[in-house]
Amino acid sequence: MADASTSAKGDLKLSNITKSFGDFKAVDDLSLVIPEGSFFALLGPSGCGKTTTLRMIAGLETPTSGSIHVGTTDITDMRPYKRPVNTVFQNYALFPHLSIFENVAFGLRRRGIKDVKEQVDKVLNLVELPHLADRKPTQLSGGQQQRIAVARAIVNRPALLLLDEPLGALDLKLRRQMQIELKWIQTEVGLTFVHVTHDQEEAMTMADTIAVMNEGRIEQMGSPADLYDNPKTAFVANFLGQSNLIEGTIVDSDGDSHVVDLYGQKVSVLKRRTSAKDSSVLFGIRPEKLRIQPDSHDKPGNLLTGGKISDVSYIGVSTQYQVEMPWGQEIMVFEQNDDGVPPLDKGDTVRLSWEPIFSFALDGNQDAQAGVEVDPEAE
Amino acid sequence: MSTATSTLQKPVKKRRKVPMPYLLLLPGMLWLITFFLIPILTLVKTSVNMDLQNYDPTSASTGSFWGNFWYAARTHEAPFARSFIYALAATLIALCIAYPLAYGIAFKSGRWKNVLLVLVVAPFFCSFILRTIAWKQILGQEGPVFHLLLNLHLVTLQTHITASPGAVIAGLSYNFLPFMTLPLYSSLERIDPRTLEASGDLYANAFTTFRKVTLPLSLPGVVAGTLLTFIPAAGDYVNAEILGNPSTTMIGNVINAQFLRTSNYTLAAALSFVFMVMIIAIVLFYISRAGTEELV
Amino acid sequence: MSKLSRWFGRNLIRIYMVMGFTYLFIPILYTIIFSFNDYIKSNLVWRGFTWHNWQTPCGVPNICSDLGQSLKIGLLATFVATILGTMIAFALGRYAFRGRPLVNTLIFLPMASPELVLGASLLTIFINLGFNLGFWTIVIAHVMFCISFVVVTVKARIASLDPRLEQAAMDLYANERETFRRITFPLVAPGIAGAALLAFSLSFDDFIITNFNSGTVETFPLFVYHNAERGLPAQANVIGSSMFLIALITVLAGQIVSRKRKIA
Repeated sequence: MADASTSAKGDLKLSNITKSFGDFKAVDDLSLVIPEGSFFALLGPSGCGKTTTLRMIAGLETPTSGSIHVGTTDITDMRPYKRPVNTVFQNYALFPHLSIFENVAFGLRRRGIKDVKEQVDKVLNLVELPHLADRKPTQLSGGQQQRIAVARAIVNRPALLLLDEPLGALDLKLRRQMQIELKWIQTEVGLTFVHVTHDQEEAMTMADTIAVMNEGRIEQMGSPADLYDNPKTAFVANFLGQSNLIEGTIVDSDGDSHVVDLYGQKVSVLKRRTSAKDSSVLFGIRPEKLRIQPDSHDKPGNLLTGGKISDVSYIGVSTQYQVEMPWGQEIMVFEQNDDGVPPLDKGDTVRLSWEPIFSFALDGNQDAQAGVEVDPEAE
Repeated sequence: MSTATSTLQKPVKKRRKVPMPYLLLLPGMLWLITFFLIPILTLVKTSVNMDLQNYDPTSASTGSFWGNFWYAARTHEAPFARSFIYALAATLIALCIAYPLAYGIAFKSGRWKNVLLVLVVAPFFCSFILRTIAWKQILGQEGPVFHLLLNLHLVTLQTHITASPGAVIAGLSYNFLPFMTLPLYSSLERIDPRTLEASGDLYANAFTTFRKVTLPLSLPGVVAGTLLTFIPAAGDYVNAEILGNPSTTMIGNVINAQFLRTSNYTLAAALSFVFMVMIIAIVLFYISRAGTEELV
Repeated sequence: MSKLSRWFGRNLIRIYMVMGFTYLFIPILYTIIFSFNDYIKSNLVWRGFTWHNWQTPCGVPNICSDLGQSLKIGLLATFVATILGTMIAFALGRYAFRGRPLVNTLIFLPMASPELVLGASLLTIFINLGFNLGFWTIVIAHVMFCISFVVVTVKARIASLDPRLEQAAMDLYANERETFRRITFPLVAPGIAGAALLAFSLSFDDFIITNFNSGTVETFPLFVYHNAERGLPAQANVIGSSMFLIALITVLAGQIVSRKRKIA
């Protein structure tokens, strides 16, 4: 069943893709370009539409509107078996009645390729499981099945490899190992990987580019560092790592910075790290960027005074503080235990300081809690 | 090729002119309609093609709809009643025998569960008639059981174990035992054993646990099993014929006789239809009560 | 409580099960034992052990031809019912269509109806249409009541099939026909085989519906029934025992094989 279309190559382009199930919009006017050869992650909580998007790329769902292109080829209406796309499914979907060899060879045989043994052996060696060729899937462990599922897909050298939360069922140690291996395979073989996950650590470890999705839309897209250091929405700020978001107002400008009033205290934020539409902002600073000290010391940079420690958690590597500010909000601070100074006590009055280049300002007209309490396991 | 603005929802499977599911359904459904549905309707038609009250095969006058059914029911009250009473008794006996059996297979069998399930069904591999006749011969006048009881002076030559209502009921309950056991097993098996442990943890003894936890949770199986036993038992006539006597006639025997011996098809059809209606009524009543009743 | 009564209390259920299974198998054992009886005329009193019956299973008039009829009818009815039923099961299990409740009801009703009603209504229509009662009317009747059982069995198997397997096949360049041939059908096949076996055993052992619709044709259950009064020859026991043992061994062997496969 080999087709000219199965050898299409190029960037993956989604244009204005919408998928509706009745009144519910699972994917809402989504557009993105995934460059050929990159490791791309679709990151978001369950229900955000990332799996639906993946299935539309694979051809297992049809978009309600919009188009999908691989290079110059329009694959929007193509049946899955005609697309130059292969998928690694969440539960692996290995064919239980076929041997591992036949599982891996399946796609090659359907495309009419004659000499499959060489290619199958090569890819089994790549995933380090050549000795399992004659076994059946039920005889393999979860980690082994996962690697065979990957092998079965990449042996076909598709233009795109789609991975639907493939590491979800593995235990922590195995997951970490597989993250490294998948990344290695991707650079080794040079395919474009599109990886769907709800685990932000996983996405940041493996991907070159991440698109954070929420409620059918892309919140922000960029490199892991981009997204982490310079979030543009509250959702991204809270979903990747943790953030302290404080309501404030821009009251002045000073060179390349804005001056922001936070409940009477003034701090500054760089203009290029501000994505507010008007003067109402959510001032953001990540917990690990904050320095906490008793009220009597002085340190350079921006600072907030009048905080009282309401909780202390000593975690070995770091100490986490909850600091209640005069306006009632609790600020999180993560201090590395790297200076031999004993942790501060509950009830202490403290001041918080940070380097101004680390702060960011988001549009004030959004929910400061977006992306916070999301339970990634709630599938 | 669709354009980028296409808004048509394309279901993955509909491609041909005649939708696939209807093609697949057609032959089988036709068969069932022709040889199940229409025959049942024909029963009704045949029930009224002659006047039963003034039965005259040569006459062309047709009977009235209600008249024939009423007549059939009234003149055969005894067999109808017997069928339902025997079936009810057999069902209750089967329930009592099968419940502990199913319980044992579900909870106390370990690795042997599947083998035991096969053994429950295994008697079915031997012909139904042979099994019933075997019971007749085992319990009959010339059989070993009777001789033993005779020697123990528990019976006289006058007593009949077979050729009695008891034997018919016993035969019915025996023959439909797998139908009762399997649904019971199915619903008992679904009970998470930790539920029973939790009950014990909350101060219930074994009997109370059974009464308040196991029994209610197994009720769907009880309902299914009793229906699967009662319905065929009520319509059975083989047990009555082999293990019974002329006074234990069930409605099945009557219908069989009317069809194959007397050839009074009108009466036979009328009786069959009345029987079917009664069964449906009993089943519907039972299901509605079993579903909405507050269970102990 | 003494040790004995405590043991008794704990194993009450197990003891009951032994008794229960014994009860289930009494008539079977009786049938097997009396197949070895050196009988005259009627096989009611034990006269002595003999291999003779087993050596001449067809030694009684009609018994083997009737067995042949049962087998022929069984195979034919199984074949047709399995095909029709499997098609319906696929329609129900893999497609969306209007009228599903209607189809489900029509499938369920024959299973729930007493054989008496099924047999009688079929006889009625055969009489009205002037059909000759015989081999073909029996086959028609058997197919009718077997379809429902096939549908239920195969449908359950289809339902347990992960749809993602078929999606994976299409993802790997198999079109609809290839997906069905290489993935769907092989995985559903055991269910179809099980349904066929069920249909065959229902057909082979059927009495009531067959009795109504057989005319002069005799099947094995009918043979037994007709000869029960006059005296059932032990050859009937032989055949009944053989069927039982063959079926039992086949099913148990199947169990052992599938257990071995799971462990391997």
